[in-house]
Amino acid sequence: MLEIKNLQASVEDKEILKGLNLEIKPGEVHAIMGPNGAGKSTLGYVLSGREGYEVTDGSATLGNDDLLDMEAEERARAGLFLAFQYPVEIPGVSNLEFMKAAVDAHMEARGEELMSSAEFLKAAKLACKQVNLPLEFLKRGVNEGFSGGEKKRNEIMQMLLLKPSLCILDESDSGLDIDALKVVAEGVNSQRDPKRSFIVVTHYQRLLDYIKPDYVHVLSDGKIVKSGDASLAKELEAEGYAWLEGYDVEEADA
Amino acid sequence: MSDQIEDAINREYEAGFVSNIESETFAPGLDEDVVRRISAIKGEPEWMLQWRLKAFRVWQKMEEPDWAHLNYPKIDYQSISYYSAPKSMADKPKSLDEVDPELLATYEKLGIPLHEQEMLAGVAVDAVFDSVSVVTTFREKLEEAGVIFCPISEAVHKYPDLVKQYLGKVVPQHDNYFAALNCAVFTDGSFVYIPKGTRCPMELSTYFRINEQNTGQFERTLIVADEGSHVSYLEGCTAPQRDENQLHAAVVELVALDDAEIKYSTVQNWYPGDENGKGGIYNFVTKRGICHTNAKISWTQVETGSAITWKYPSCILKGDNSVGEFYSVALTRGAQQADTGTKMIHLGKNTKSTIISKGISAGRSNNSYRGLVQMHSTAGKARNFTQCDSLLIGDKCGAHTFPYVESSNASAIVEHEATTSKVSDDQMFLCQQRGLDPEKAVSMIVNGFCKEVFKELPMEFAVEAGKLLEISLEGSVG
Repeated sequence: MLEIKNLQASVEDKEILKGLNLEIKPGEVHAIMGPNGAGKSTLGYVLSGREGYEVTDGSATLGNDDLLDMEAEERARAGLFLAFQYPVEIPGVSNLEFMKAAVDAHMEARGEELMSSAEFLKAAKLACKQVNLPLEFLKRGVNEGFSGGEKKRNEIMQMLLLKPSLCILDESDSGLDIDALKVVAEGVNSQRDPKRSFIVVTHYQRLLDYIKPDYVHVLSDGKIVKSGDASLAKELEAEGYAWLEGYDVEEADA
Repeated sequence: MSDQIEDAINREYEAGFVSNIESETFAPGLDEDVVRRISAIKGEPEWMLQWRLKAFRVWQKMEEPDWAHLNYPKIDYQSISYYSAPKSMADKPKSLDEVDPELLATYEKLGIPLHEQEMLAGVAVDAVFDSVSVVTTFREKLEEAGVIFCPISEAVHKYPDLVKQYLGKVVPQHDNYFAALNCAVFTDGSFVYIPKGTRCPMELSTYFRINEQNTGQFERTLIVADEGSHVSYLEGCTAPQRDENQLHAAVVELVALDDAEIKYSTVQNWYPGDENGKGGIYNFVTKRGICHTNAKISWTQVETGSAITWKYPSCILKGDNSVGEFYSVALTRGAQQADTGTKMIHLGKNTKSTIISKGISAGRSNNSYRGLVQMHSTAGKARNFTQCDSLLIGDKCGAHTFPYVESSNASAIVEHEATTSKVSDDQMFLCQQRGLDPEKAVSMIVNGFCKEVFKELPMEFAVEAGKLLEISLEGSVG
């Protein structure tokens, strides 16, 4: 599914990823944890092709696609979905209109016949209910005036509609109360599928109580420094990151 | 990412073709004789000629205004031709079958079929080509309702009393430099009269096309809505792609008598010039309406074209309880410059006005909102609400706001809100991450920004305006 080899990337000439290796098989859920500034969000942006994130070495392939050779929108249509940590507002563009355009772009890329407005509305309503948002959210501007929790659930709603093969959740748990956290986790769990993989980026073990990962990796200073099963997350929760090999306390505090 | 947005804005101007039509065109130059010749070619009565000559003498003594936030070389009024008409129109074709097929093909190409059976149901069109009206559709159907919709050159002959009563009463000859010039040399345009208590049975629209080189277009539109009547009117405009600048100086006058309502919408897509500012239309337009008691005038404009736009559709709220509205989307890109806005002159009691202006600047363009809200001492409890939003695309463009508020009545309330925002990299990336092309992303964000204005347009045209923005933004991302 996803294969990352020796990935090195920088932002404004500052090296952030320093040779990252990761392999994810279909159906697997991988959690990525690590201290602030380790490069967790950068990994999501580099994989999804955000402008300003320069890959200096290494490779990343999704199925047969060389991700690094594609535009951001092509990667999205190839099945890569990023749930944002801080989803941005697009005033005046309704959620429904936005998601229809996104779903259309995906279907068009696959050469499928587009859904009618009525068909799409039905699917959207279903997704909206599934993430426990009132239906009026379909009519409201994208993230316009949404609370933090509503924004995160809105991201999951988009994921439900786009049915990606690789989902990257960038701290989708931050700022959520326990109920919203459960909704997000249920949304993700409902999409677990032998063909769909997840990368769950999180600071806290809490989310992993609800989304059971197959693997947990610790990212520190641009590299994966430790991998293990779900129990590794519990260990980290108890001990912090300071015991990790190669972890520079001073730099992390800076 | 900003580069991407830049590129999405550079696009082809689709209406930029030239029609190969043999025309009778005056040699460039302007003097009293030219004014007389225009009047003679239209076979005008003496009073009309005298009216023109008076305006011409006023114009000669006036100075071109320079207060707008615009930069352009001085216009040489002697290098412009003031009259051009297709030769085939000299015989005054009586029906569509007699109209030069090349003329009809031109409008067809612009998406304005003039055969009634092919047209948008419920829209009557007056098609003005350079200096003459080519055809006005659905006239008979409108006449049944008592509605007059015809070229103004014809109205001068057929309805002299109405024309004499209202022409120049809202925008007088001495109003401003460009209006005075228009009064002297106007060639055609539309005349509309809606009788008392009548709701016009269809949308009326005028489509202006400049074709001939070095020719100015000076059209004049007069709409009179008698007591308790209602009309919705739309104008559209395009011109070929040429390296020289061309002048367009129009005057539009609206009269809404007691309890009448006029909705006037514009989709302006004159040739904007190339990326470096070469060529394009200079659009200097005076539009104004007067509202009598309980009357309402609503201006909606979508301005995407012209090298220079100088335009302030205004309302004089003379009657008590009258209402003025101005909804505007102005998009500038490349080297375009726009200085546009409105004037709301509150004279009557309990008069209300609403101004919603959305300026979008891209490329190296400059986009200014200029608005005046005037509360006279007689305007007890008058209210105005102004919202003025600017959206910047890229970092080389400018957005400016010049609001003027003058209140001489303590019971009047004036509110002004303004925002400036940018199409952000975060918004672009969210859209792309969901699979949208950068072009689609920009146009979607811009359309969202304009939503409040688009919903004021008649339905068919709201779709058209959205598409026009989409085309205008094509290539602004790369």
